Amino acid sequence: MIRVVDLYKSFGDNKVLQGVNLHLKERETLVIIGQSGCGKSVLLKHIMGLLKPDSGKVYVDGVDITVLDDDELHKITRKFGMLFQGTALFDSLTVGQNVSFGLERYTDYSKEKIEEIVRENLAKVGLRKIEHLMPFELSGGMRKRVGLARAIAYNPDIILYDEPSTGIDPIRADAINDLIIRMKKEMNAGELIITHDMVSAYKVADRIGMLYKGKIIEMGTPEEIRNSKNPVVQQFIRGRAEGPIENW
Amino acid sequence: MRIWSSSLFRAKMFPKVKSPLFYINAFFEEMGEVGLLTFKTFKNLFKKPWEKGIFIQQLEEVGVRSLPVVSLTAAFGGLVFGLQTYIGFHRYIGAGSETYGGPIISLGLSKELIPILVGLMVTGRVGSAMAAEIGTMKITEQIDALFSLGADPIRYLVVPRTIACFVMLPFLTIYGDLIGIAAGFFYNVYLMGVNRVLYLRNILLYMELWDVFSGLIKASIFGLIIALIGCWQGLKTEGGAEGVGRATTRTVVIASILILIVNFFLSKALPADIGS
Repeated sequence: MIRVVDLYKSFGDNKVLQGVNLHLKERETLVIIGQSGCGKSVLLKHIMGLLKPDSGKVYVDGVDITVLDDDELHKITRKFGMLFQGTALFDSLTVGQNVSFGLERYTDYSKEKIEEIVRENLAKVGLRKIEHLMPFELSGGMRKRVGLARAIAYNPDIILYDEPSTGIDPIRADAINDLIIRMKKEMNAGELIITHDMVSAYKVADRIGMLYKGKIIEMGTPEEIRNSKNPVVQQFIRGRAEGPIENW
Repeated sequence: MRIWSSSLFRAKMFPKVKSPLFYINAFFEEMGEVGLLTFKTFKNLFKKPWEKGIFIQQLEEVGVRSLPVVSLTAAFGGLVFGLQTYIGFHRYIGAGSETYGGPIISLGLSKELIPILVGLMVTGRVGSAMAAEIGTMKITEQIDALFSLGADPIRYLVVPRTIACFVMLPFLTIYGDLIGIAAGFFYNVYLMGVNRVLYLRNILLYMELWDVFSGLIKASIFGLIIALIGCWQGLKTEGGAEGVGRATTRTVVIASILILIVNFFLSKALPADIGS
């Protein structure tokens, strides 16, 4: 589905990605963990085609998206649904218009059909009759769920989540984790999740990879990561201040 | 330790002076950014899907909602222009010559003052709002979300705003011309007792349609400047609320200066009349 090969990216003197390699298989949930500011979101933006790498390749279903222009990229982004860290709901549009946004551009469904799909997808994430509300009228948890409804509305093949449990309380975070698991089952989609929340990672992941100093330093099942011999991985998953991780 | 001997204080009070080469480089880099945005905007002008809803919303935002501020500035611009031309003719030419103030006021307003006033007012009201709105969208990842949902940010955000400004600025200018000329007429005829018939006859005698039209051409170009600078600053916003504030300020400063500079060159380039 997605294959990232030797990805390098710097911003000025700041070398963010230094040879990232990873492979998201069909219908797999891959979780990338790592410290805040280690380049997880930058990696995700390369996979979405929002950033161009200094070198390296990103293949989506065999197509190298790093060489595509914007129009060609939009044919590929149709395969993705993305839940942004801060939800990135459009302030000037209602909840209904937010959820229908991708549908209007990626499909030629009638207005009635789009309204029906919007209602269905909001119901999937446990929200009803809020189409007319503006994003500022919603709580943090509701915004996350609307963001997810928007991401899945046009049945993408791959769902990308950027810190899905950040900024909400543990109960709502767990509800979001349940939603992630349910979405995978219902939609048969592959999932790539960026997080530093280990509770969430263990619960939803088929495999977990750790990004550190611009590289994936460990990749394995949740059990393998839990029993990793790598001291950096152990320090991170146990959330200890003392250890080999520098510059925290 | 004295506060001024601390490295932080020195860094704040005496920032490292960068070489002139740095500023020249930055200038050309920014010129390149605006040039690229302009190219992409024109390239996307005729590409589907057209964002009709946003275009109509922007027509209202740029045009209809600017009417009060344009009315006020044009009215007081016309009044003060009327006042000064009356004084000029009365003092230096003599009583009775004030009727010639009509064509001078009308010409000055429609060719220069109103397009500039409209340009500056719309810069302050609309250009800054564009930078703030797009800048906020940028820092909250809404621009990335647009892209991920199949909407090209240039086509969705920049093109409708640019066309709306290009179309609405001439309409605002012609509206401002009417208000300004009426205000000048009011001051001279109703307050200072200038002969109404002669005042109007002189306007019709000496003023040409081209005088109004050249002002409208300028206004359209000012519209392009306002939209492109506002969108450019919005799209390159970084650094949270402070960055949004910086983008709005820079939009107003850069667009206002550009309008004044471009106005001079347009006044030189556009013919004074197009033949009798």
